Amino acid sequence: MTDLRYEAPNSLNAAVALLTEAKGLARVMAGGTDVIVQMEMDQSEPELIVDIKKIPKLRGISAENGGFRVGAATTGMQLCDHKTFAAAWPGVIDGVKLIGSIQVKGRASMGGNLCNASPGADSVPPMIAAGAIARVVGPNGVREVPVERIPTAPGKTSLAKGEIIASFFLPPRPKGSGDAYMRFTPRTEMDIAVTGVAINLTLDAEGVCTAARVAIGAVAPTALLVKDAGDALIGTKVDEAAIEKLVAATRAACKPIDDKRGTKAFRIEVTGVLARRVAMAALERARGNI
Amino acid sequence: MKKHHITLNVNGDEYDALVEPQQSLLDVLRDKLMLTGTKEGCATGDCGACSVIVDGVLQCACLMLGVEAQGVHVETIEGMAQGSDLHPLQKAFLEFNGLQCGICTPGVLVAAKALLERNPDPTETEVRYWLAGNLCRCTGYDKLIQSVLIAAKEMRGA
Repeated sequence: MTDLRYEAPNSLNAAVALLTEAKGLARVMAGGTDVIVQMEMDQSEPELIVDIKKIPKLRGISAENGGFRVGAATTGMQLCDHKTFAAAWPGVIDGVKLIGSIQVKGRASMGGNLCNASPGADSVPPMIAAGAIARVVGPNGVREVPVERIPTAPGKTSLAKGEIIASFFLPPRPKGSGDAYMRFTPRTEMDIAVTGVAINLTLDAEGVCTAARVAIGAVAPTALLVKDAGDALIGTKVDEAAIEKLVAATRAACKPIDDKRGTKAFRIEVTGVLARRVAMAALERARGNI
Repeated sequence: MKKHHITLNVNGDEYDALVEPQQSLLDVLRDKLMLTGTKEGCATGDCGACSVIVDGVLQCACLMLGVEAQGVHVETIEGMAQGSDLHPLQKAFLEFNGLQCGICTPGVLVAAKALLERNPDPTETEVRYWLAGNLCRCTGYDKLIQSVLIAAKEMRGA
């Protein structure tokens, strides 16, 4: 193992400078539930670890312009315990709740879940469906990037050298909105998604869907926003005909691999089944908010 | 390799240690502070044998670097009994056979303690979900879950 250096700066600028100036492999660490494991398993041998948890504002949830600003290093347990956030975005919480054990959620963050860039990361499809925007801070300033544009391939992101995700913005919630996420796994807990679907939709007073975003996980190299699937619901009362179109569009967007956890055909089939169930769950939550 | 000097509070006692940056809190507890009640199962956060409570939050000691532990309060299995007075969870585990080989037990007890501090009256399902991150290779799950429920009842004075 190369000599490892640990730094815990207390400002974003200092963290960006450390990452920008690093010569060897530098890793940003929030909860460390992926970074430390990868080091332990010799999959990653960084020269520098920049622990971002000492930076104010990177942990915690606050109201902003009618929506929420969530620090990228906010832990899963903080999110689950935040009553206002959990009530506004139950689908995001569906995903966060599925990240590892209680112990893991005591450390793990949505920023880390996204930057680890696993195609099966459970908080990513609901964040994409939510329309969450990542605030990326780097040596050339600040960029606001939709979450779906962060992961580019398994283990790879669009972040440039020196860039850090500082926070996420989750937009204001119109009345009649609901979101949900479900995944398929052989076990209910402590497992990795074989496929996952998140849907976020809004109904008007007559129950007509005015906005819908659908995202899928674990069935392509990255989680995907499926525009056609969302469009299938817009303008409908999310009736059977609309659901059929949603299911077909969701299946059509899958580009899964065959592996020990599921064949291509199985993943495509189950993604459609989940899309239907998730639509029903999101619909019920939306109707509860009209 | 540069060592970091840390001071931390474990079960009410102040400790200091020189730690290398790649060492986990688990390494620090076991090898530096000689608190070997916390067990290493997988060292990758899957088994929960090293469950500890850090500043009130249940976590795996293997998933935290020792250098991050500067100034924190850690609760481990060694702090659960008060002298020879066992914690109600420990008593229930002994009385109702909540353990077989014992390797997962410290982690299960610490995790169960964290649950009962949040929720003194959990359902069986809640106990099972809360302890999903604690693996028992003897697969003695049922007695373990029942022991937690019995201890919870005892602690509520019911």
